[in-house]
Amino acid sequence: MALRQIAFYGKGGIGKSTTSQNTLAALVEMGQRILIVGCDPKADSTRLILNTKMQDTVLSRAAEAGSVEDLELEDVLKIGYKGIKCTESGGPEPGVGCAGRGVITAINFLEENGAYDDVDYVSYDVLGDVVCGGFAMPIRENKAQEIYIVMSGEMMALYAANNISKGILKYAHSGGVRLGGLICNERQTDREIDLSEALAKKLNTKLIHFVPRDNIVQHAELRRQTVIQYAPDSKQAEEYRTLAKKIHENSGQGTIPTPVSMDELEQMLLDFGIMKTEEQQLAELQAKEAARAAAAAV
Amino acid sequence: MPQSAERVLDHATLFREPEYREMLARKRDTMECPASTEAVAAQSDHTKTWAYREKNLAREAVSINPAKACQPLGAVFAAAGFEKTMSFVHGSQGCVAYYRSHLSRHFKEPASAVSSSMTEDAAVFGGLNNMIDGLANTYALYGPKMIAVSTTCMAEVIGDDLQSFIENARAKGSIPQEFDVPYAHTPAFVGSHVDGYDVMIKGVLEHFWDGQERSPNDKINIVPGFDGFCVGNNRELKRILDLMGVSYTLIQDASDQFDTPSDGSFRMYAGGTTLADTAAALNAKATVSLQHWCTRKTLDYAAEKGQETASFHYPLGVGATDELVMKIAALAGVDIPAALDLERGRLVDAIADSQAYLHGKTYAIYGDPDFVHAMARFVMETGGEPTHCLATNGTKAWEEEMQALLSSSPFGKGAKVWAGKDLWHLRSLLFTEPVDLLVGNSYGKYVSRDTGTPLIRLTFPIFDRHHHHRFPLIGYQGGLNLLRTVLDVIFDKLDRDGDVAGETDISFDLTR
Repeated sequence: MALRQIAFYGKGGIGKSTTSQNTLAALVEMGQRILIVGCDPKADSTRLILNTKMQDTVLSRAAEAGSVEDLELEDVLKIGYKGIKCTESGGPEPGVGCAGRGVITAINFLEENGAYDDVDYVSYDVLGDVVCGGFAMPIRENKAQEIYIVMSGEMMALYAANNISKGILKYAHSGGVRLGGLICNERQTDREIDLSEALAKKLNTKLIHFVPRDNIVQHAELRRQTVIQYAPDSKQAEEYRTLAKKIHENSGQGTIPTPVSMDELEQMLLDFGIMKTEEQQLAELQAKEAARAAAAAV
Repeated sequence: MPQSAERVLDHATLFREPEYREMLARKRDTMECPASTEAVAAQSDHTKTWAYREKNLAREAVSINPAKACQPLGAVFAAAGFEKTMSFVHGSQGCVAYYRSHLSRHFKEPASAVSSSMTEDAAVFGGLNNMIDGLANTYALYGPKMIAVSTTCMAEVIGDDLQSFIENARAKGSIPQEFDVPYAHTPAFVGSHVDGYDVMIKGVLEHFWDGQERSPNDKINIVPGFDGFCVGNNRELKRILDLMGVSYTLIQDASDQFDTPSDGSFRMYAGGTTLADTAAALNAKATVSLQHWCTRKTLDYAAEKGQETASFHYPLGVGATDELVMKIAALAGVDIPAALDLERGRLVDAIADSQAYLHGKTYAIYGDPDFVHAMARFVMETGGEPTHCLATNGTKAWEEEMQALLSSSPFGKGAKVWAGKDLWHLRSLLFTEPVDLLVGNSYGKYVSRDTGTPLIRLTFPIFDRHHHHRFPLIGYQGGLNLLRTVLDVIFDKLDRDGDVAGETDISFDLTR
């Protein structure tokens, strides 16, 4: 099987790393050989697979060694759950340096030093929004073929999904990168599935899977484990297995996204009652202030 | 007045006139808060000690006069070796002025390259528009047959993706659909010009070879590597290959681009490997690199495509040329012609003729990894000792290879390899462990002056001597030129050291 490269993007805090690691743990059960490339200075894309936080990131080790040229692959590649190969780009402290360049440097290093040999899957876990060219490295030509966007029914997550689609579109016409689909991580907002499906339709993609909320994920995470490892027979583990299977079967099914304008997105949110019109918001604010004034008068 | 219209002085002597001496002294005393002459002398003496050397070698936070240039310079040089190819460097303008002036000052020829001139807005929004307009302008103004794109630091830090940018520019009609635009990412803050050369050659080959079916033939590809002596060397190389009757493609040949005649017509492009030959080179039996450290990725790529590969270290002298000639003869299935045997014999004879002056001479050699390897080997061949071998862009692997070379000969005993060190380190080395001769480029003239070690200019860049690059160094004939260059410096020093009549001139001999 040819090397398949996928990437997970999505709003910060949406559960990208949790979702991706659980999915990959399920994929490895299916006999796939996997390499994880964490593209986030926080370096938490491999924590649940390694059962510990990765200390030896590419950039921290390069900084110690003096330059990335003095680095060996063994220094930064660790083996986790069921043989999953784990690497983290690492990056600067908040407020200094350039994390985007770090992602470029790390991916180049891994590729040149044979990290991509003998694996079936390379999975990139990329921080938050695609804020600069560096964070688009995983969607350059000959990198990820499909991008999966982790989102929820919350407004900001939907904005982010639309923005990431814009990023993908920039590269889709000059190369092979496609949008694989949306993965909704349930936040129990109103009409969450409907909304996700509506957005998927607008973006010319599909809702790959709706992952229901389950506290067992937190239980596993506190133990630095995936649900697959912590509670292999649980219902939630089965959900991730379903997601893994869907992603596996989605090879070559990606589409060129059709991101929408801000107005169009907001109209959709209004239609779903997620967002209120300015008139509604003003009326609510005035009612609140009137109630407060009435309470004070008493 | 020191000079007038009737008496114009050259600036070399002008500032030695009393008026200027007085003015400069006044400026120093009143404006520069100078330390006392004694303090300056004491500090200067301190830099010559072992104690200072230890501190200097332990230095971590700064490089002083590193003997290397940045990746895009190598990429621009590489692109100059292809037919009617314009270098397009995506990034800031000043960088490109540097590559052009660096090449011009060495070759004494114009060096054309364009910049996408990214400014503040491009740094924020990405340089796609600069690429679109830049490619359109380059195509319209300079009529190239190919545009080779590389990058400066600026484009690399913000993460501009050349592949998608070029395709987008194509889609916007900047250049015709089928126009050739190979590219290479060349971040200047990693590696050096030898790596930039490598990725640009690989980029060109990928552009022509990827997706093509290979039908092997008996030709041999030869990649010369980054070489300031390409004008002399490539012509000598071609002469040797033709003499041997080898069917070959020289991949990247800048010998005509950097040696255009003055005959009344300006040539923006001259010579170079044709695009058709570059594409057809996929079918070659083998790809041979003359400079291993300049072509690591290129050779991996050629091997991936199913070709045999071999690499050398800038073949200087008898042994290295023997190996090259024998390897090519074996690959091409030809005999080594008697004419080459003769040339070899003449070089051996010439070295033997001068043996009394060559034997036991000690050298410090610096430059690119392949050059240092080659020169150390040649020095040992002549009975000299390569005491210090320094390459700022040398890696650990290079260091190991150098150690193996040095331990292969008694003349390498006690020689030291200095990977990653700079010319200020070298200065300390030469004060504490002096040698007879320094081999390098023009940047060595300050170390040479400070330490009184005669400098032999044998590698890029040579700014302050003219036309050396027109004469070959590689091969047996090149070996004669190399030998003569070294000997001239040895004899000049011998004469200079004994030229005071009646005092030191006991051996100021007519015949040496």
